[in-house]
Amino acid sequence: MTGSPTTMGERADYAIRMTGIEKTFGAVRANRGASLEVRAGEIHALVGENGAGKSTLMKILGGLQAPDAGTMEVNGKDVTGWSTRDAIAAGIGVVHQHFMLVPTLTVAENIVLGMEPVKGIRFDYATAVANVEKLSRETGLAVPADRKVAELSVGEAQRVEILKTLYRGARILILDEPTAVLSPPEVRELWTVLRRLRDGGGTIVLITHRLDEVVEISETITVMRAGQTVDRLTTAGTTPAQIAKAMVGREVALTSRDEASAVGAVYAGGDDDRSDVEPGFHPSDDMTSAIRVADLVVIGSLKTRVVDGVTFSIRPGEILGIAGVEGNGQTELIEALAGLRPLESGTIRINGHDVTRENVLERRQAGLSHIPEDRHQRGLILDYSISDNLVLGRQTEFSSGRGLLNGTRIRENAKAQIAEFDVRPPDADIAARNLSGGNQQKVVIAREMGQNFGVLLASQPTRGVDVGAIEFIHTRLREARAAGKAILLVSAELKEVLALADRVAVMYRGKFSKIMPASEASEESLGEYMTGSKTESAA
Amino acid sequence: MSARFREQLEEALFPPLVALLVALICGDLLIMSYGQSPSTVYRLLLEGTWGNAYGFGQVLYKATTLIFTGLSVSFAIRAGLFSVGAESQLAAGGFVAALVGMGLSPRMPWILAIPICMLAAAIGGGIVGGIPGWLKVKYGAHEVIVTIMLNFVVLALLNYIVAAKIHVPETLHTPEIRHGGIARLDSFIPAFHGSAANLSILIALLTAAVVWVYLFKTKRGFELRAVGLQPDAAEYGGVSVGGIWMRAMILSGAVAGLGGINYVLGYKQYYEEGFAGGAGFLGIAVALVGRNHPLGVVLAALFFATLSQGGLAIHAFVPKQMVEVLQGVVILAVAMSVPEVRRALRQARKPVAA
Amino acid sequence: MNPISFLTQTLRIAIPYLFAASGGVIAERAGIISLSLEGYMLTGAFAATLGAHYSGSPWIGVLTGIFGGLVFGLIQAVASIRYRANQVVVGIAINLLAIGVTRFFLKLAFASSSNSPRIPGFGGNQAWHGFDNPLLWLGLIVAPVLAFILYRTPFGLRVRAVGEHPDAAESLGIKASRIQYISVALSGMLAALGGVFLALDQHQFTDQMTAGRGFIAVAAVIFGRWDPVRAALACLLFAAAETLQIQLQGNQFIPSQFIEMIPYLLTIIALAGVVGRAVPPAALGKTAE
Repeated sequence: MTGSPTTMGERADYAIRMTGIEKTFGAVRANRGASLEVRAGEIHALVGENGAGKSTLMKILGGLQAPDAGTMEVNGKDVTGWSTRDAIAAGIGVVHQHFMLVPTLTVAENIVLGMEPVKGIRFDYATAVANVEKLSRETGLAVPADRKVAELSVGEAQRVEILKTLYRGARILILDEPTAVLSPPEVRELWTVLRRLRDGGGTIVLITHRLDEVVEISETITVMRAGQTVDRLTTAGTTPAQIAKAMVGREVALTSRDEASAVGAVYAGGDDDRSDVEPGFHPSDDMTSAIRVADLVVIGSLKTRVVDGVTFSIRPGEILGIAGVEGNGQTELIEALAGLRPLESGTIRINGHDVTRENVLERRQAGLSHIPEDRHQRGLILDYSISDNLVLGRQTEFSSGRGLLNGTRIRENAKAQIAEFDVRPPDADIAARNLSGGNQQKVVIAREMGQNFGVLLASQPTRGVDVGAIEFIHTRLREARAAGKAILLVSAELKEVLALADRVAVMYRGKFSKIMPASEASEESLGEYMTGSKTESAA
Repeated sequence: MSARFREQLEEALFPPLVALLVALICGDLLIMSYGQSPSTVYRLLLEGTWGNAYGFGQVLYKATTLIFTGLSVSFAIRAGLFSVGAESQLAAGGFVAALVGMGLSPRMPWILAIPICMLAAAIGGGIVGGIPGWLKVKYGAHEVIVTIMLNFVVLALLNYIVAAKIHVPETLHTPEIRHGGIARLDSFIPAFHGSAANLSILIALLTAAVVWVYLFKTKRGFELRAVGLQPDAAEYGGVSVGGIWMRAMILSGAVAGLGGINYVLGYKQYYEEGFAGGAGFLGIAVALVGRNHPLGVVLAALFFATLSQGGLAIHAFVPKQMVEVLQGVVILAVAMSVPEVRRALRQARKPVAA
Repeated sequence: MNPISFLTQTLRIAIPYLFAASGGVIAERAGIISLSLEGYMLTGAFAATLGAHYSGSPWIGVLTGIFGGLVFGLIQAVASIRYRANQVVVGIAINLLAIGVTRFFLKLAFASSSNSPRIPGFGGNQAWHGFDNPLLWLGLIVAPVLAFILYRTPFGLRVRAVGEHPDAAESLGIKASRIQYISVALSGMLAALGGVFLALDQHQFTDQMTAGRGFIAVAAVIFGRWDPVRAALACLLFAAAETLQIQLQGNQFIPSQFIEMIPYLLTIIALAGVVGRAVPPAALGKTAE
């Protein structure tokens, strides 16, 4: 511990004090003795990896959930287990990661909802609009008061969320991952707003897992890991590495890359030295590509080009990592490659075979495997047994010509895969729902990597799994590379991309803003491309 | 017994048991409001149904249609679709079977005639089921509302055809079929004399077995259940969600339509306006109580058939309408306890350690 | 054909639809599927018959009818909100329950399985063409009043918010479940008034006297795209079609069965989006796990 609560100020100065907070959801202990202390008038960063329990702690503070145990004080008063209404009345405002806006209502209606101005028994809409416009002018948060929320941009919607809290007189503002969906100019604008609110006497708690933001905006930091508060730091004088170490609980492993590249080089026969793949490398030069993608364009739900002319290729025995802030088209790119999303234009070739017009199954037969980013939604059927999940997508292989499932082979397959991929508990009949996150992911990985494949799409392969499983999965990916597989890795964790990939592509607003050998990449240099502050048209 | 099987069994069995308890209590209150003794009435109810051959035959007859409609509804639910269309699918199936039966030559061997009529029934129901399936896949129209609305349209259309074109004067039914009738049970077991029970019950049980094999032992069933549980995951597994929905609605309609043979081929030998008489809607209850499993559906169909026939047995003491109240109570109680039981059981189960 | 008799008959047919469809609109705007309108109407009709019969006053009948609808509305609300039961199933169960309960108590109270004795009603002066019935006037204003509540009051704003995004409402301290309870209770009472009108207008209760009118109201709600005024116009349209069929009975241009189909066919067409897609409230029928 580099800081202790007692050194951070007098007790009376605390806007928020939460101690010993416990919260369990079914099988998950989201908070186990978590604590948080925030002084009045500061910008406080609450950091931790996905699943560390940050959002739960803030939901408890906001009154959306009651803690199982622990106490909380706001402005010196005990408020343990209060309601949303109490929290709002006490000046707490929460801006949720997923917007809590009613799309069919107007901006003004969303903002005044629950505290509507009235004239007699009528809802006084004109006054609502006037109030919102006044607040908008005072705070500099520009919003069109009379427009439907459905018509707003993401940045505007977030401003509406902040105005909602200010309209209720919030003095303590909690923002859950506010930048995940914003463009860099919008992020800068948000920082300006937050600083102005702080200067006006407000207290701000910012939940994030992005270290650059923490360093840029916060004054103090609370670090959470696995449901516990593990550190409190003063931002000044703290390096991102120190914060990262506290977040993951060990030195960040950035070392394994060299060794891994060596393995790949051996496979490739020595004469093909991947470590110096030139940045200007052109796909058509390379006839040995396992997968070649040219000028891929995907249209998203808002009719925008979410993937906007992406070109790349991956050789056997190579990992191409895609770095980037989430929401820059990575999800759509992977889904388009897997056949789950229609293409607007472009071509996809797997082992020289054009699969552009083929469906999911045909692409699988062509040698494509896919670890999807969301195992609960796509990767697993939670109510199916492990053995059934292990044949999902391969059900034809495990059926007779008459369409009857071959139970014996499905069981044998499960037995072998469970042993090879160390799924625990080793019971093929258990529903996937009842496994831990790490073991669920192992089932997905066993299915996708335990069969013959040439190209693997690995999307967020270690999201929400424990450390042991992360290492297991990383080892598997390296082994697959050594065995000559081509892997496209998408990860929100920059260090994971850097640790595994041979080349790194940075995706920004639907384009690859840069492709470079991983040996030349660092968190700093990638960060510039990821935030769009530096761009270079990729080959 | 594996842990998972036990879990599924618990989730399946608790809600109907809770419902039965609630229904018994409600039944007591209703019986007492009529000034009768619950134990006497319940004894009469059982004696009048399972206690004699005629009553039992009637239970079997009523259960037959309910097995078909219950299977139909549960088949669609397994694909993630809530179909309320069994009522008109049943009617359409019966109608088409009657039409075809009227046209068959009596010289045709029965081994051919009956399957032809059955196929006609299935096709009739399948067409009515296919329309909401098509509207859902093509236009995203919600199948619940479309099937409800289509019930009225199809029933009105059938009524029109019968009334305007082919009815026997002074009645609301078609002429009798010339061939394709299914034998009554009393021609084998005389004790069933007078009851409408016929060999359709065997076809119903066979259909339940086929549905079970299809759902749990075939590739298509694997895909259908995957779509019902998690369409995104099924799509990821290479399954065409729209294709499965279309197929599920057609097959669901076909099964309900097949139910039309019980009345038309097995009992009256003609189609009559309103013969479905709510058996399609009750199919939803049967599927719900039977937890969408073919074996559960058969048991639930017997239960609802018992209630329905039991109403007649107790009519001398308590109005038979009591059982209609109890049916509603059972459905409500099961619907309310299913999510509750699942949540409670999942909470109670310790997570499997990693 | 006499235009005045056409108009008055259309109105008389439309009133039960107008009440029931308004009930459907408010419940569905709050996110609760209302297939139970038929059951509410039937219960309302029977409860009104009991009240009017034993008190001799149609006004008491109105009150008991509303109370009957309230009880059934609360059953729907508790099952759907507290117990998160499948709302479609609950609706169907309530309709079955209403048939059973009214038949059972018809037998118990009046020893008949078909109809009640004659009960008092409102008006009845031929010269007034039914306009001396206060329920007719109430039926005519119910949709505009509901539109005012939905679009012009804080409560209406909250109902619309809850039906679209209950979590958003909850995050602002609004109790979504309370809004839904109130909306469904109102739904039961409003739809019951449709049944009350029928029973008092016909001066008796007959078995299953609502005869599918609740489902025509469901069709009107959807065809009217969940808007009170548009749903009311749909009710009038459907009623006009029925009147036309009744008044044209002599000449068999169009078989009556085809007129019967009109509301349902129009609704299916509206759902398929041939002319402007009918989009339900976003959270309709969803219950949180």
